[in-house]
Amino acid sequence: MKVVRVGGQALAVALVAGLLALLIWKVAHQVGNATIASEVHKGKDPAAPTFDLPRLGGGTMASSSLLGKAQVVNFWASWCVPCRDEAPLLQHASQRYARQLVVLGIDHQDFAGDARGFVHHYRVTYPTVVDKNDKLYTKYGLTGVPETFCTDRSGRVVAHVPGAVTRDTLNRCIQDALSS
Amino acid sequence: MHPGRALLVALAALLLAAAPALASERHPTQGEMEGEIICPTCHTTLDQSDSPIAQRMKAFIARRIAAGDTRTQIENKLIATFGESVVARPSTHGFDLLAWLLPLAGILAGAVVLGVAAWGWTRRRPPPSAGGPPLDPELERRVDEELARFES
Repeated sequence: MKVVRVGGQALAVALVAGLLALLIWKVAHQVGNATIASEVHKGKDPAAPTFDLPRLGGGTMASSSLLGKAQVVNFWASWCVPCRDEAPLLQHASQRYARQLVVLGIDHQDFAGDARGFVHHYRVTYPTVVDKNDKLYTKYGLTGVPETFCTDRSGRVVAHVPGAVTRDTLNRCIQDALSS
Repeated sequence: MHPGRALLVALAALLLAAAPALASERHPTQGEMEGEIICPTCHTTLDQSDSPIAQRMKAFIARRIAAGDTRTQIENKLIATFGESVVARPSTHGFDLLAWLLPLAGILAGAVVLGVAAWGWTRRRPPPSAGGPPLDPELERRVDEELARFES
């Protein structure tokens, strides 16, 4: 009987230790990677994550197609109220700086029909990709939408605007991207 | 009970239990779906959320129910748009698989422990003795005296 009791106790301890190890691994796995947003706020210029995602209008788009171009990367969703306010500003910037940079919309947690309706309603002509499974959202370290990042021609993220952009914050973001 | 009859009763009970689940799969209600789908921005079930995206999802579910979609079809469409985490249950692969396996392992381990303990308890019980230990002679004499007095 003593052998059974000791064996049972050892099993219980092993089980608790195993669960503890799993918990530690999971927590470490979740917080182990620094995000783009946190790196930018530390004053660093992290490399923009690569992607190959479906475009809202059909087909796919890879980050490699944007090599050598400065970018304004805007995360948005059709249900997001502030996104409606900033969409005309982003559209205007995409036309005004068409020769110098690319505005890229990244649709997050959205129904495709709603997103297409948003793009049509605000006459958005810049490319938009759908962030499947929140991969870019997680890598960039967003806390919600809208948020905007600006990258320079070498693909380094140099500026971050949490929340909706205003004319001033968008201009500053673009200038950071173009002057780097 | 006859083994064949017992089997029939068990089968009938199983069918009775499965019938509501089958009906729920074929004709899910709005309330059921809202209790099982997670709002991707607020991370609560839809029935506890009034965020813009939750409202859009509720409307989508209502349209799909009206169109005759099954529970699985609606869930799959939402997963395709919002990812696996939109369903309020862990997925069956990767780390989340543990959420399914650990309770089963716990039940099995509990059954084994209970079985082993029960086996030990039954083995430790002393065999019943026929007459018990012999009485002290003085005590026996006093009992006899008391009985004789009681009977007289």
